[in-house]
Amino acid sequence: MRDDWCCIRDACISMSRIDEQRPLVDLGQERPQVPARARNLSPIVPRASISGRALVAVVAIMTFLASITTGTVLLVSASAAEWQSEVGSEITIQVRPQAGRDIERDVAAAADAMRAEPGIVEIRPFTKEESAKLLEPWLGSGLSLDELPVPRVIVARLQPGAMLDLVALRARVMRLAPSASVDDHRAWIERMRSMSGATVLAGVGILALVIIATIISVSFATRGAMAANRPIVEVLHFVGAGDRYIADRFFRHFLRLGLEGGLIGGGAAMLGFGFSESIAGWFSGTPVGDQFAALLGTFSLRPSGYLALAVQAVLIAAITAWASRRTLFATLDDID
Amino acid sequence: MVRFENVGLRYGLGPEILRDLSFQVPPHSFQFLTGPSGAGKTSLLKLLFLSLRPTRGLVNLFGQDISLLGKDEIANLRKRIGIVLQDFRLLDHMTTYENVALPFRVMGRDESSYRKEVIDLLKWVGLGERMDALPPILSGGEKQRAAIARAVISRPHLLLADEPTGNVDPTLGRRLLRLFIELNRSGTAVIIATHDITLMDQYDARRLVLHQGRLHIYE
Repeated sequence: MRDDWCCIRDACISMSRIDEQRPLVDLGQERPQVPARARNLSPIVPRASISGRALVAVVAIMTFLASITTGTVLLVSASAAEWQSEVGSEITIQVRPQAGRDIERDVAAAADAMRAEPGIVEIRPFTKEESAKLLEPWLGSGLSLDELPVPRVIVARLQPGAMLDLVALRARVMRLAPSASVDDHRAWIERMRSMSGATVLAGVGILALVIIATIISVSFATRGAMAANRPIVEVLHFVGAGDRYIADRFFRHFLRLGLEGGLIGGGAAMLGFGFSESIAGWFSGTPVGDQFAALLGTFSLRPSGYLALAVQAVLIAAITAWASRRTLFATLDDID
Repeated sequence: MVRFENVGLRYGLGPEILRDLSFQVPPHSFQFLTGPSGAGKTSLLKLLFLSLRPTRGLVNLFGQDISLLGKDEIANLRKRIGIVLQDFRLLDHMTTYENVALPFRVMGRDESSYRKEVIDLLKWVGLGERMDALPPILSGGEKQRAAIARAVISRPHLLLADEPTGNVDPTLGRRLLRLFIELNRSGTAVIIATHDITLMDQYDARRLVLHQGRLHIYE
């Protein structure tokens, strides 16, 4: 450095507020070459920091857990609705063997009575062989139904939305086949409805807990990251930046971190659901796979489900930004 | 420019550390603020920088009663004040150039409009070769000069410096004093808080002496 700060060789301090166009210092012939191109300025809030990365990890993990919970709740509720509609669109007639009556004739008479009923689109009487097939898991193969008083089943498929007078239908069928019983699965549907309702309710409860845990953990992680940035807030304050300017910079920074975490967590969950159908396929045929398939169907999430997961990820990012804003204003009040 | 009337300051429920301060800082003036350690020099600088509000009394800055100002108005007033703190407060993720240019950036100015001015000043304070260096690799003296350059780059009306020569050798201390003197000659009112008698003896200026919370002025 030079010894004389006022005027050395051709370099002099030349300050004037009256003429703001004049330079603050005049270096004369020592003027450095100023690059023509603008510099790439560092962001006011550093992008890569340990606290920032930790926040992204927390947001990603919590978004993943929340997405898995939401997706599972949606799957269970959709499968339950599907189950109910499938079972609710069928009527089963059971014709029991009775001494002195020809069961084949009773089955045909009951099927004809059903066919005449408006609102029934398909009648499927199970043959003797098909009935044997149904009993195979319990009684083994090579069964002769002639030796056993096995009831026969007729499945009637209803037109969607058709309303049947079940009492009249039951009376008509029983007139033709006294040993027949007509079951519209009402009791079954009620049980299914209460079971699936309880499952969905439990899922929603877990989802609410996961979302609350997400809000709390993301808020605290954001506060931690903000605390690490306190020196930046103080310096911006010292150089005359207004609260709005500082808040704007930090809001954008934390929204970006939140979106990054949300994209990673939500994206991983979406990929998981996307591949779940193929994963379920690997287990099909196994007892566990079949049970899951019976409960959850094909494991495939509808497009609206993916949209819900995306909205959830964006919401978690917004919570991150909101928490940073709250912490920032508390920090600014503290500095003041 | 600055007017204090019967200003008192206490932290929380503690004793009053500044008592009945009444003084003025005229435009274009130069003064040293001195006193023993713990006398309240930094607290007085914080009052002047509007980082603290007085417990009692009137503080008038640039013709405005600060008790009537909102946050945005205070931020605008701060743009007219440059401050050099003891711990420099440089941002470690920004280069020396970016740190010095920060006041312009906060003002929303385009980089091309201030680039030359910042580079010239960095060259002037001897940091021409270090403008792309990050603060963690700068020496104490270099950080000091970068902090001073940041404080003066926007040509403040009032410059506050807290022990600006505390981290440099006597020769560099004299150089920095000359920079403040030149800045003052160009119209900036300067207040330098120091307990370095040697530094104060180098320039005949008004002395504000804090002792036991009270201010004594030696013209």
